[in-house]
Amino acid sequence: MSVDLEHYLVVGAILFATGLYLALAKRNFVGVLMGIELMFNAVNLTFVAFSRFVESAAPLSGHVFVVFVITVAAAEAAIALALAVLVYRTRDTIDVDRIDLLKW
Amino acid sequence: MDDAGTVAAFWILAAITVGSALMVVAVRNLIHAVVFLIVSFLGIAGLYVSLSADFVAVTQVLIYAGAISVLILFAIMLTPRAGRDNAETFLRLPALLLAILVGFTIGFVILEADWAIADRSSFEETASAIGEALLSKYVLPFEIASVLLLVAMLGAILLVRPEGPAEE
Repeated sequence: MSVDLEHYLVVGAILFATGLYLALAKRNFVGVLMGIELMFNAVNLTFVAFSRFVESAAPLSGHVFVVFVITVAAAEAAIALALAVLVYRTRDTIDVDRIDLLKW
Repeated sequence: MDDAGTVAAFWILAAITVGSALMVVAVRNLIHAVVFLIVSFLGIAGLYVSLSADFVAVTQVLIYAGAISVLILFAIMLTPRAGRDNAETFLRLPALLLAILVGFTIGFVILEADWAIADRSSFEETASAIGEALLSKYVLPFEIASVLLLVAMLGAILLVRPEGPAEE
């Protein structure tokens, strides 16, 4: 019994599906954001797993890419949460189904 | 063939990660959901260690389990009247179907594809190699990332600043 590439990829796939469900179905904006972060993590795990197992001329490129993804994710989280606070100030709610100003 | 400890570590870490990710969906309190999210992030950091990605694992603990989780908690605390429940919208069933569909599609591709597995042992240490790559081959994205972080910081400050001119 050994741990192969597929094991890590399947864990990443399950995490991605969970994050997708959170991002699509949660009512609270913070819940949606948690789903997006979970999807980022699933993709990062996949990158690192490929970097470890798959044939490549520069195997550490995957790690470098993960570092960039984490940087962008941090920037995205800061801006998204600032937007949540801003919406809360004007609408008194951050439930995504009640932020419907643009709805016909 | 890996030794039994590696295999056991993988399965335990995978169970912790996936289990707490599912708990984020299941629990009814938003604060509890964040706590389970932190556990999931730490489990992923453990999986990085089992993949011999030491630098990425430490970054994961610092940025995700540390910074981003605290940021999410801040957002919950700054919106006190918005409710703490972790309920779903009316899109619950289509979202569940789509998530299952996407998960099974990715899983099918993973199991069917013929990956070019390298005959390589685990990395000794990655931090110095990543540092060299960041300052040689990837120096332009590295600089752009610093600009992005600056813009994100200024944007976040500007967005949440109170309206009107600053008081003297």
